[in-house]
Amino acid sequence: MPEPLPETADVPSSRAVEAGVQTLTLETTPPIPVVVEKSATKKLGIVGWIAIIWIVTIVGSAIFASLLWIPRPDQKFLALAGDGPSLAHPFGLDSIGQDMLSRVVYGARASLLVSVASVLFGLVFGGILGLIAGYYRGRIDTLLSYTFNVFLAIPQLVLALALVAVFASDPAVTVGKRELWLVIAIGLVSIPIIGRITRAATLAWSQREFVLAARSMGAKNRRIIVRDVLPNVLPAMFSISLLGIAVVIVLEGGLSILGVGVPTSTPSWGNLIATGRNELTKIVGAAPQVIFAPSIVIFITVLSLNYLGDVVRARFDVRDSAL
Amino acid sequence: MSPLRRRKEVSRTIAAKPSAARLLEVNELNTAFKTPRGLARAVNNVSFVLDRGKTLGIVGESGSGKSVLSRSIMGLLPKQNVVRDGSVLFDGNEITHLSNSAMREFWGTEMAMVFQDPMTSLNPVLKVGRQITESLHYHLDMDKQQANETALALLKSVGIPEAERRLSEYPHQLSGGMRQRIVIAVALACGPKLLFADEPTTALDVTVQAQILNLLQQQQRERDMAMVLVTHDLGVVAGRADEIAVMYAGQIVERAPTRVLFAQMRMPYTEGLLKSIPKLEQASHTRMQIIGGRPPDLVSPPPGCKFAPRCAYAQAKCHSEEPPLVEADSPGHYFKCWFPVGTPEGKDALERNLAAKLPQALAAVGGDTNAAAKVEAEV
Amino acid sequence: MRAVIQRLVQLVVVLLLVTAFTALLLDLVPGDVTNSLAPVSTPAQRQELRHELKLDRPFLTRYADWVNGVAHGDLGCYYGTSGYTSAKTCPDKVADRVKDALPVSLTLMFYAQLLALVIAIPLGVATAYRAGSLFDKGVNTLAFGLLAIPNFVLGLVLAYYVGVKLNWVDPTGYVDFGQDPVAHFQQLALPVISLAVGQVAVYMRLLRSDMIATLQEDFVTMARAKGLSPARILWRHALRPSSLTLLTVAGLNVGALIGGAVVIENIFVIHGMGFLIADAIVRRQYVALQSYVAILALGYVAVNFLVDILYAVLDPRIRHARAVA
Repeated sequence: MPEPLPETADVPSSRAVEAGVQTLTLETTPPIPVVVEKSATKKLGIVGWIAIIWIVTIVGSAIFASLLWIPRPDQKFLALAGDGPSLAHPFGLDSIGQDMLSRVVYGARASLLVSVASVLFGLVFGGILGLIAGYYRGRIDTLLSYTFNVFLAIPQLVLALALVAVFASDPAVTVGKRELWLVIAIGLVSIPIIGRITRAATLAWSQREFVLAARSMGAKNRRIIVRDVLPNVLPAMFSISLLGIAVVIVLEGGLSILGVGVPTSTPSWGNLIATGRNELTKIVGAAPQVIFAPSIVIFITVLSLNYLGDVVRARFDVRDSAL
Repeated sequence: MSPLRRRKEVSRTIAAKPSAARLLEVNELNTAFKTPRGLARAVNNVSFVLDRGKTLGIVGESGSGKSVLSRSIMGLLPKQNVVRDGSVLFDGNEITHLSNSAMREFWGTEMAMVFQDPMTSLNPVLKVGRQITESLHYHLDMDKQQANETALALLKSVGIPEAERRLSEYPHQLSGGMRQRIVIAVALACGPKLLFADEPTTALDVTVQAQILNLLQQQQRERDMAMVLVTHDLGVVAGRADEIAVMYAGQIVERAPTRVLFAQMRMPYTEGLLKSIPKLEQASHTRMQIIGGRPPDLVSPPPGCKFAPRCAYAQAKCHSEEPPLVEADSPGHYFKCWFPVGTPEGKDALERNLAAKLPQALAAVGGDTNAAAKVEAEV
Repeated sequence: MRAVIQRLVQLVVVLLLVTAFTALLLDLVPGDVTNSLAPVSTPAQRQELRHELKLDRPFLTRYADWVNGVAHGDLGCYYGTSGYTSAKTCPDKVADRVKDALPVSLTLMFYAQLLALVIAIPLGVATAYRAGSLFDKGVNTLAFGLLAIPNFVLGLVLAYYVGVKLNWVDPTGYVDFGQDPVAHFQQLALPVISLAVGQVAVYMRLLRSDMIATLQEDFVTMARAKGLSPARILWRHALRPSSLTLLTVAGLNVGALIGGAVVIENIFVIHGMGFLIADAIVRRQYVALQSYVAILALGYVAVNFLVDILYAVLDPRIRHARAVA
C-alpha cells in the first residue's frame, strides 16, 4: 500500500534548500556557498494547478453527478455489455452493460465520503491528542505515545479490517451502516499516525521562544495551545491530511477486495475494482476496463493529492529553513 | 588504474619544469557565484606568488573571501553556478581549466587542506586510523601493514599521545585539539608540497591554538612545504608567516613581508585590524578600538574603494574611484589606497575627518562605540 | 547496555498491551461470541465452549491463561463451521496453520524488501550525486508516479497480463523453495514486484534527501580534498551517515509487511499470515485472531528492536552515547 511520506519529526529533517546559491554572507560559518536545489520551494507550478483542477473536477462531478450528461450507474445497456471504450461510453461498459464512466463518477461519492470523513475523524482526535502530548509532555506524553505505539504495532489494514468485520459485516448490512463503520474504523486507525505527527510538530513549536514568552506573561496553557501553537502546527496537519486522504482511498480499495468495503449495491472505486477482479479471470469476454477505469482515476487522484500535500509541506516546513 | 601507475602519469604531467621557480603563482584570479540577485564576486582579481617552504598569511574578516580563495585555488568549488577565471600555476602547470578527475591527481598528493572545524571535517562514522590510511592506500598504493605503520608514525609526529589506541577510535571520542591534529595528519599523509590551512585554530581553545600553529610550522619546516595560512586574526600570522596578504571584499588590499607590514602598514583597514587586537599592556577598561560597520554586499558593491564606507581616512575620491594596487617604497609591499596610513596625505585626510566629526574616524581613533554604531547603521 | 534493556522493556510492554487489547475483543463483539465462533453447534456445546474459553471468568484470568498457553505453544483452535470441536480434541490447530503460513509471509516480505533496497539504494545515491540534473528529475518524477499506484492494482494488472494473458508465470499459489526452486521464484515474482515497486519509490527518495544533506558536510569536502574518487566518497563515506532514515522506515515496513501484505496474498492466493488473518476475521475465529495479532505484534516489536541495534552499528556516536548514558 503506498505510504505517505514519513513523518518529518521521526526522521532527521531534510535540510532546507533554496534555488540557486546562497551568497557569501557575513555569517562566520559556513563561508563556502553550497549549491542547493530548487525542489523544495515548489511553487504551485503548472503541475500543481493541474492537480487542483483534477481534484475540483472529481469532487464537483461527484456532487453534481445526477446533473451530468451520463447514464445512471445501474442502467444496463445489455447489447453493449463488455464493450471497450467508445465515443458514447468513454470508459466502456462492464459485463452487465453498465456504463463505467458513470459508475466511476458515482463511485467517487462513496470513496471521497469515506476518505474525507475518516481523515477528519483522525484529524480531530489525533490532532487533539497530539497537541496535548506534544505540549504538556511528561507523563501524559508517555502514556499517549505508548498508546500510539500499541496501535501502530498492528498494520492499519488488519485493524481496520477487524473492526469493520466485527461490527458491520452482516451480508444484509445497509450501505449507510457499513460506510459509517468504515469511517470509524479507518478513522481510529489513523489517529495514532496523525497523533504522532501532530505531536512531533507541536514539540518542535513548543520549544520556540515565543511560547516561553507567552507563558512568562502568564498566559494560560489552553490559550497558548490554541493561539500560538496550533496555527503553526496546522500546515503540517493539512499536509498530512491530503496525503492521508490518498492513503485511505487506497485502503478502501484494499478492504473492498477483502470483502468489507462499501457494499456493491452502491458503486465505490474500491468495490468497482473488487468486482472487476472477477472480470480478469474470465478467459472469454474479459472486460479489463472494469479495473482500469477506476484504477486510473485512483492513480491520478492519489498523484494529485500527494503532489499538493508535498507542496504544502515544503511551503510551510519552517523548521528547516534559515531561522 | 593502480594508484602507483597513476602517480607516474601524474609526474609526467607535473613534469618539473626547471624554469618554474615558484611553487604557486596566482594571477588575476576571479571567483563569482551566480545567485538569484546577481553575480556575487567573492574573489576579485587576486594575484600572489608563493615559494616552497614559505608561508603566506591571508587575513580578513568573515565575508572577505579568504576561504573561497583557498578553495578556488585548489579547485574544490562546485562547477555549477560558479564562475572562475584567471590563472593558477602550480609548479608551472596551469590548473584552472582542469576537470575534477584531473585535479584529483593533485588533491592530497600535491596540495592539501586543513579545515576550520575538526568536528565536522572528520567522518563521524569512520575510525580515525581508517581516515588516514585511506589516502595512503589510494594514492601511494601501500599495503595494510605499511599503511598502518605510516599512519602510526604520522600520529606520533603530530604529537598525539597513545597513538596506537587512537587509530581505532572515532572522532567524537577525541578532544578538539586532538581532532585538529588528526586532520593535519590526514592532510599531510601523502606529503603534499602545498598546504592550505583554512582558519585551523578558530574552532579551538586559545590554549590549544598555539600548539596547533607550532605543529603546523614544524611540519612545514620538516617537509619543506609551502603553506597558506588563512585567518581573521592578525595575531595568528604575526610570528608565523613570511608574507601577509590582507583581504577585504574579495580583493587583496595590502600585501607585504610580515615585518614590513607591521612596521609600515599603509592601508587603513590593516591599521584598524591591528588596533583592534587588545594588548596586555593596556590598562583595564581601556575602550577597544573597533571598525564599525560591515563588509559590503558582494553582488552590488559600492563604487570606489570597497572599504571607504567604514574608513577613517576616506575622502570624496575614495567613494568614487577605486584605488589601484601600487608598490610602496619597500619592494614587495603592495597596497590599494588613495590616502595611505603613515603618509602626509593620509594624516591630513584623517585630521579632516576628525574635525568633521565623521563617525568612522571617531570610532577608529577613540574607540567610540556610539560612533561605531552610527557607522553600522549607515553602512 | 542499559538503554538497550530499557528499549526491550518498552517493546515488551507494547507487546503485552496489544495482545491484551485483542483478548478484549472477545468481550466487545456484539452478540454471543460462541455463536460466531461455532455457528453450527448446539446450545450445550456452546456452553461448554464458553467454559473452555473461560469467557465466564474475569478478563485477567483469561488473559493470563492465554499467555501461559502461548508460552507452551498452544495458539488456540479453529472452531469449525462443520460443528463445534473442543480444544482438547482440536483437529485444526492454529499453531499448525501458523507453522505453514509464517515462513511463506517471511519469504515474501524478505524478497520484496530486498528487491526494493537493491534498486532504491543505487538510485538514491546516483540521484543525490547528480541532484538537479535531468536524470535526477526524471527518476524523481518516475518515483513519484510509482508511489501513487496502489500495490493491489499493480498486482491485479500483473496477474492478469503476465500471468493470464502471456502465461509466463502461474499467478496464483506458492511453491516451496525446497520443492522446486525455479517455480518458487516464478510464483513469487509477481507478488514480490507488486509489493516492492511502491517501496522503491519511498526508499529512493528518503535516501536521496539524506544523501544530499550529507554531501554538503565538511567531511565530504575534506574527502574530496584528499583526492578520493567520487565513487569512493559516495559509497564509503557518505552512505553510512545518510542511511538512518532509510533504516527506520525499512524497519517499520518489514514489521508491517509480515501481516500487512493481506491484499496481495489474497490476490495471488498465497497462504501467508495475511491470508490467514483475513480468513480468520471473516470467519469470526477470534481465538485464532488473538494469536495472529500476537504474532504480528511480536514481529513488529522484534524488528523495532533490531533497527535500534542497527542504528548503533551504523553510527558509532549513538553506540557511545548509549554507553555513557
